[in-house]
Amino acid sequence: MIHFVVHEEGDGVGVVVVEGVKAGQALTGWIMEDDKELKVTARSDIPIGHKLALKDYKPGDTVIKYGVDIGKVVAPIARGEHTHVQNLKTKRW
Amino acid sequence: MDLSKATFWGYKRENQRVGVRNHVLILPVDDLSNAAAQAVENNVKGALAIPHPYGRLQFGADLDLHFWTLIGAGSNPNVAAVVVICIEDGWAKKVADGIAATGKPVSYFGIEQHGDHDTILRASKAAKEYVQWASELRREEQPLKELWVSTKCGESDTTSGCGANPTVGNAFDKMYPRGVTMVFGETTELTGGEHLVAERCRNDAVRKKFQMVFDRYQAVIERHKTSDLSDSQPTKGNIAGGLTTIEEKALGNIQKIGRKCVVDGVLDKAESPTGPGLWFMDSSSAAAEMVTLCAAAGFTVHLFPTGQGNVIGNPILPVVKLSANPRTVRTMSEHIDVDVSGLLRKELTPDQAGDKLLECMFRTANGRLTAAEALGHREFVLTRLYESA
Repeated sequence: MIHFVVHEEGDGVGVVVVEGVKAGQALTGWIMEDDKELKVTARSDIPIGHKLALKDYKPGDTVIKYGVDIGKVVAPIARGEHTHVQNLKTKRW
Repeated sequence: MDLSKATFWGYKRENQRVGVRNHVLILPVDDLSNAAAQAVENNVKGALAIPHPYGRLQFGADLDLHFWTLIGAGSNPNVAAVVVICIEDGWAKKVADGIAATGKPVSYFGIEQHGDHDTILRASKAAKEYVQWASELRREEQPLKELWVSTKCGESDTTSGCGANPTVGNAFDKMYPRGVTMVFGETTELTGGEHLVAERCRNDAVRKKFQMVFDRYQAVIERHKTSDLSDSQPTKGNIAGGLTTIEEKALGNIQKIGRKCVVDGVLDKAESPTGPGLWFMDSSSAAAEMVTLCAAAGFTVHLFPTGQGNVIGNPILPVVKLSANPRTVRTMSEHIDVDVSGLLRKELTPDQAGDKLLECMFRTANGRLTAAEALGHREFVLTRLYESA
């Protein structure tokens, strides 16, 4: 069963595609572009459609999705943690 | 899906454009004429009024866009005939003349010196004749290249970028070599991915025009913003759906133009393309505004991916909605024409999802009502450039 998808190899976040993911749950991810699988343990409850980190981040780091810069990290994020407006911000505007 | 011999059933209009709907439009030029237009719609079964809140004391480029949008809406090949109503004769005639250039039947009525009752009576008589005339027009088989297809997504979430938007991209990649005329837009919503669109432009001239339009819109944002726009782009709905930054939203958005299509040209708001291929239209990212501009530019069917569940429709342009979010498909099923949530469970390949969307697009073009049409969604929303005089 696929719990999250990743656009391409090298992306730093995945997207949860099932409802009800809980902290501590073992998750299976699918890298769509490369048709590979990976395993990550969730560190937070993560709603459907929301992102989880695939690596550890520190403030100032850049997050890559679709192989492209989607913003800067503003609070530390651990692998498997919910990645959203509380720890990731735009670099534009 | 092999599209090399694909056809659909449409109405060939006087100017040789092909429509997929057969509306008799009751078109108010200004806010004051809405009541009369809606009274005519009520009097004549099958007539379609498109009320809107503008048209008085606009000037310059904003007024030009108002006229282009109304004339474009009336000229759309999904429209068989038009009754124009305005507070006064002069602008009613201006809009009617613009539409009459297509060769389709059009009449106009000014309210001043007549009042609503007399105007409604005369306009209703004209509309009744048009409705009966249009009811005898017949669909004919047409090659796919006669279809003009627009796209814009709304209430996006992360599933839009990995499911519904790439599905539109797959369909666009399949239609592009067949000479279909296609458009995308949402200028501010390319922010963070604008370099990827620039790379896809046909040549330096197109690229330069795209960059000029993009930079112009960014300047508007810079001039008026009060924060980092985080409450508007992404929207509250986008954020609830998991999208965090405008860059992330833009990269998902851009999936709609597929991987092979080339950006052949850049259009101003409501401007009609001059040939087949993929066009970029400078436009708001607000769903109803952008879809209305597509209708005004002459597009005849619209592909609308949604994540969290936008419910938009348009009176002239049938809006086909697709979603890859399994929760949205479950909780808002009456709004979704194509369910591609299987993509995220690996139950559907991108190629199969694209075919599923194309199949629904052909059925819609052939006359099947979209969810939005069946539910009565007729959002006709004019884009304003600045304050009235």
